[in-house]
Amino acid sequence: MDWFITPFLANGFMLHALLAGVLVSVTCAVVGTFVVLRGLAFIGDAIAHGVLPGIAIAILLGIPAIIGAAIGSVVMLSGISLITLKSRLSSDTAIWLSFVGMLALGVIIVSRSASFSGDLVSILFGEILGVSIQAIIIQVIAVIIIGAVTIICARPFLLLCFDPEQAQVAGFSARLYHYIMLALIALTIVVSFQTVGILLVFGMLLAPAGAGALIARRIGAMMTWAAVFGALSIYFGLLASYHLNIAASAAVVLVAVFIFFIVFTMQTLRGQPVRRIELRPPHE
Amino acid sequence: MKKLMYETDTRQVSSEDTACLNAQHLNIGYNHDTVVADINLALKVGQSLALVGTNGSGKTTFLKTIVGLQRPLGGRITSFGRNPGSLPHRIAYLSQFHVSGFVLPLRAIDVVSMGRFSSIGLLGRATKQDEELVSEAMQMMGIDNLANSPLWYLSGGQQQRTYIAQVLAHRADLLVLDEPTAGLDTAGQELFSQAMKTELSRGATLITATHDIKEAAACDVVMLLARQVVAIGSAQDVLTPDLLLKTFGIQIPHH
Repeated sequence: MDWFITPFLANGFMLHALLAGVLVSVTCAVVGTFVVLRGLAFIGDAIAHGVLPGIAIAILLGIPAIIGAAIGSVVMLSGISLITLKSRLSSDTAIWLSFVGMLALGVIIVSRSASFSGDLVSILFGEILGVSIQAIIIQVIAVIIIGAVTIICARPFLLLCFDPEQAQVAGFSARLYHYIMLALIALTIVVSFQTVGILLVFGMLLAPAGAGALIARRIGAMMTWAAVFGALSIYFGLLASYHLNIAASAAVVLVAVFIFFIVFTMQTLRGQPVRRIELRPPHE
Repeated sequence: MKKLMYETDTRQVSSEDTACLNAQHLNIGYNHDTVVADINLALKVGQSLALVGTNGSGKTTFLKTIVGLQRPLGGRITSFGRNPGSLPHRIAYLSQFHVSGFVLPLRAIDVVSMGRFSSIGLLGRATKQDEELVSEAMQMMGIDNLANSPLWYLSGGQQQRTYIAQVLAHRADLLVLDEPTAGLDTAGQELFSQAMKTELSRGATLITATHDIKEAAACDVVMLLARQVVAIGSAQDVLTPDLLLKTFGIQIPHH
């Protein structure tokens, strides 16, 4: 029993990590459900990587990294929308190019400053063992905002997942609610990067929600399963990191991916029809 | 090209109460590509209209323009005297494809309940009456026993019945249906035509895109489309071998 509980009771940083991690699990469960159901993984991934130059510039200027991340994600989102609206190039190409461009820009900014190497690792992989109370409070606020917006927009969001045209015909602007959804993804990534890092926040968005999609019959149930799987990943990931002395956020995401494949295998063995989980919409 | 203009009652129809759909010199299409030019049509409340044509003939484009998903490229179109898209609670639309119905963790009843969303609005509460309309719609399509089944568990035909039930739950004044009987078995088709009779009898107007000549023959007005209006008029006047040949480009056995 000691092995499972003591690390969190004896170390304040472990308890903080657990608390912040569970909060990340909740935001990622709600938002990840929309990412999985609407095939927005690609756009989310682009936002996650696009925030790097924003954070790098913020650190360079000495302002809070979270503000830089927020600005970076807004620039990324507007860039993607502009290219998708104005160009006849497929949005895949446009998003992929902005993603590569932002990543390259981030690395260039980082490479200009020798003192960045430590910061870069923490940006990419997070500092879950060094989470501040302030970061936890920001996470709590994010959970409240995301929860409230999701409850208010439940009907248009459901229609968007079902068929964007039905949302439009039912009197809910498909474009407006699409952007609200993208804003929630951006918010999740911006507030979660300090905990699990921008490379891994995406694993937390996809893996628990993906596992939830395999077993849930309702969207609410899918979110609940995703939150449970996410919280379990956080708990066992932190435990493994503590006892085996391995990188914490990577351990968390590895557990999340592991849980996904366990659920996937169990569903296959039970002869359940394994549903396709498309990361791209079947048609535009 | 012979055009039978359907203008029998245009003057009486000009009153907004009785004109369900009014199109004047309407051009439809995408971006700058016109698919069908110069559509003229006045449909009275309670009438049924069938759009008949091959794939790519402009049926879906016309339906999307009616419900406001596509902007008209020219001319005028109104339903109930208003611009397309401005009366969501009065107009229901069944699209031909459902984007991700296969993946969604939704039960049949959840899908049918969405038909009430335009009336309930963003923040309204679903009432007892909404629930009754949903279960009534499921009964009409014979899927009330599947209410709690996940969508992915249903067959293609059962899914199509679910989507039709969603439209019925809407209790719309205008139903715009894109190939509603595609994938339905004989029993499903029978339930569908019964449901449409019920909808018409409570005063709803019906616009259906179809390949099925028999389905079209049951409608008050038929419009033949082949990237242009081949003909428009009563089923008797329009569903003739030579006009169908012009529409489909192949000989269709007379019946």
